Amino acid sequence: MSIFITVAIIFLVLMIVYQIAQASEYAAALRATEKERQKKTNYIMASLLVAFFFFGLYAIWQCHFSLLDRMLPKSASLQGEAYDMMFKVTLITTGIVFFITHALLFWFAFKYKATDDRKTSFFFAHNNKLELIWTTVPAIVMAVLVAIGLRNWMTVTSPAPADAHVIEIVGKQFNWIVRYPGTDKVLGKRNYRDINDATNVLGIDQKDPASKDDIVAQNGEMHLVVGKPVKLIIGSRDVIHDVGLPHFRLKMDAVPGITTTLWFTPTITSAEMKEITKNPNFVYEISCDQMCGKGHYSMRGTIIVETQAEYDKWLASQAPYFAPAAPAAAPAADSAAAATPAVAVK
Amino acid sequence: MSNEAIVHGVHDAHATHADEHHHAHEHHEQHFFSKYVFSMDHKIIAKQFLITGIIWAIIGALMSVFFRLQLGFPDKTFPIMEKFLGEWAKGGKLDPEFYYALVTMHGTILVFFVLTAGLSGTFANLLIPLQIGARDMASPFMNMLSYWFFFLAGVIMFISLFLQTGPASGGWTTYPPLSALKEASLGSGTGMDLWLVSMALFVVSSLLGGLNYVSTILNMRTKGMTMTRMPLTIWALFFTAVLGILSFPVLLSGFVLLIFDRSFGTSFYLSEIFIGGKALPNVGGSAILYQHLFWFLGHPEVYIIMLPGMGMASEILSTNSRKPIFGYFAMIISLVGITVLAFLVWAHHMFVTGMSPFLGSIFVLLTLLIAVPSAVKVFNWLTTIWRGNIRFTPPMMFALGFVSLFISGGLTGIFLGNSALDIHLHDTYFVIAHFHIVMGVSAFFGMFAGIYHWYPKMFGRFMNKPLAYIHFFITFIGAYLIFWPMHYEGIAGMPRRYYDYSAWESFKNFTSLNAFISVVVIVVFFAQLLFVFNFFASIWKGRKVTTQNPWGSTTLEWTTPINPGHGNWEGDIPEVHRWSYDYRDDGHGNDFIPQTTPLRPGEEAH
Repeated sequence: MSIFITVAIIFLVLMIVYQIAQASEYAAALRATEKERQKKTNYIMASLLVAFFFFGLYAIWQCHFSLLDRMLPKSASLQGEAYDMMFKVTLITTGIVFFITHALLFWFAFKYKATDDRKTSFFFAHNNKLELIWTTVPAIVMAVLVAIGLRNWMTVTSPAPADAHVIEIVGKQFNWIVRYPGTDKVLGKRNYRDINDATNVLGIDQKDPASKDDIVAQNGEMHLVVGKPVKLIIGSRDVIHDVGLPHFRLKMDAVPGITTTLWFTPTITSAEMKEITKNPNFVYEISCDQMCGKGHYSMRGTIIVETQAEYDKWLASQAPYFAPAAPAAAPAADSAAAATPAVAVK
Repeated sequence: MSNEAIVHGVHDAHATHADEHHHAHEHHEQHFFSKYVFSMDHKIIAKQFLITGIIWAIIGALMSVFFRLQLGFPDKTFPIMEKFLGEWAKGGKLDPEFYYALVTMHGTILVFFVLTAGLSGTFANLLIPLQIGARDMASPFMNMLSYWFFFLAGVIMFISLFLQTGPASGGWTTYPPLSALKEASLGSGTGMDLWLVSMALFVVSSLLGGLNYVSTILNMRTKGMTMTRMPLTIWALFFTAVLGILSFPVLLSGFVLLIFDRSFGTSFYLSEIFIGGKALPNVGGSAILYQHLFWFLGHPEVYIIMLPGMGMASEILSTNSRKPIFGYFAMIISLVGITVLAFLVWAHHMFVTGMSPFLGSIFVLLTLLIAVPSAVKVFNWLTTIWRGNIRFTPPMMFALGFVSLFISGGLTGIFLGNSALDIHLHDTYFVIAHFHIVMGVSAFFGMFAGIYHWYPKMFGRFMNKPLAYIHFFITFIGAYLIFWPMHYEGIAGMPRRYYDYSAWESFKNFTSLNAFISVVVIVVFFAQLLFVFNFFASIWKGRKVTTQNPWGSTTLEWTTPINPGHGNWEGDIPEVHRWSYDYRDDGHGNDFIPQTTPLRPGEEAH
């Protein structure tokens, strides 16, 4: 019932507003001729547009400085540093174009409003020289931006260095599962048909010797070593997800049936970032950036970037997913292997 | 231009046939149903598209108000939502499942039903015959079918809103496997089936319409109306139709494969999936294949939405500046450029799907190339108003707003089209801000400009002006207030399509901003109701049009009677002697020369 009353009230208000507006239009028609009214309207509207322009510039300024402290801290990866630089170049370029075109738009609108002074406007139908200028100049600017973009794109998508840590991250509705290859630096094979939510969340092939020491973190927590390149092997168990790494300026889809990869070099540890952001609760987060169902917004993972020593200590405390017969021997072997430079057995 | 010249005009080749048609309807009282419901008059069909579009726009916008309430105030409850949404908003708290359904429906409705059917359906139908000098479309019957297929698509989509499991909720792009498996989401059950059926009907409607528009423009122009004398609206609508004809079938093929995967056990898009506690037998499909098929339409779709607005803005800027459009040919060439490139850039929506980086770089290059014809258009619009005699009528306000929004939204496309920048911005609020400004609000401004400008032709009355100005300023300021700050959220990595951000350390500091945006959304929503009311009330109460050519326009639609009947012109169709933008001194104190005025002795055609 109340819904009808609400709709009826809205309708009534609109009707009253319309009647008032209608009356004011007729009253204006009685007071002045069509021409005088149009002249007055032109003046008011042109002025309002100019006011909009200046108010808009002020609002952009305000918006920018009030939100600045809420933006991401400086990039936490090498790749992201090039990203931030390129972003700045693009922002300045488009900012200049934005300002010039808008200044012209509102200036012309104000300056050339119809008045009694001018009878007819300037007949100016085409000019090839002008067209040529504003075809080639944007083309050249775009070429420069494309060049910068492709250079960065090639770097970001280039093959990962051979000494990169390999870590697998798999999405499922609605959390992330992280797998580390363990001491042998090789991830065991997996088959989606072997998945079992209780005993084998990733469908890891237990017959594969490489899977014996694999470590699985079901809480979506990923440990990385600062300064050490990491290669993510990205997969999905069900629908498409996306590994979003805003602090590292990277992102890659997790597609069922397809393995995607992404590599980067973290440069700032979590502890350092807490100081940089002056936020003791700071944490690198993995967001799911591809809609994956009703829990999409809660599909959160975290990344802990730490020093080699901290990482080794953490790794030593982890048990392989398939508990081995003699767990006591494992930690020693782990740290020994981590200390020697990684020669991946591929 | 008086009707005398029209009556004495030269007989047109196709006028004879149309004349019979015309007279048959002219002198007999038509039944209500054949006149207003199953009408074959292109003007009535245009109004049907428009009014249906308006109704869908209200529904779609109301949905956005609901999910903005959730986004702005995640810890509050709104009992009013329960009134509208029932079980889905128990106690005034939106259910996450239905949040995604609302987001999906908002996108589908606005992109397809409002900005495709509502926009080009309205103006292609209204303007093509009137501006090229034809009595009706090439096939009025197909034209009628086009509307009724759209109507049927709408009915099915509307029914899907009331399903117990809710409508489709996998995003307007409905990527499989999410949309293919009913285990993946509630909305992927019957809701998704109805969505696919509705969209398939919509594609049929769009193709029937598009084929009609193209054949009408190519074959039914009046004597003297060469292609290069056509108004830019017609050029724009022509390329819009071409885009639709060539890309919608690909979308349909994508849908058919999805229907097969959903119902007949095929594996086009499915591979190695473990869901609902069991492993599915499907192997070897590719979820990315769907994205290629979808975006092969999806990207041209953006231009299907943009081009009509561009055409109408060109026409309105020129008319109200009392100045010819600057660079008529450059405008046409840039439309050609945009049309061709629109087919070659689809994969820029897929930079982070793991596609080949080399292929990605080709798409970067082609994508940023579109900036060139777009820039040409902007500079030509600016030069058109330069040294003009600008009349700030409501349509002119919206056309100026269109240019501003097109610039703002277009420039952020340069960020997203560059894969190296997209890799961070992809699927964040930056994307939301970008496409809402450029193909949402900007396209809407083109549409509003068109509605205010051709309202006198549609209904023989004007819309109320003071309300139109209020509508303009609230919408213009509101659009920037809503979407400008969203860029910042996107740069900060805030993902789109999240129901609640409060658990995220990186994104929860935007709570107050989200609340601010939601408040503006509500204000802007009510401003749109003002427009809707103005639209409907003015049909009966608006100020009457007393002159045949109220805007002092050069084009043919203003040579028809104030309330044209079926057939448009009484007597012969006028002959065209000059291009459509002769805004200059005609020697009798007017600042424009209609297309029907013969060239003066010694005057050269443009």
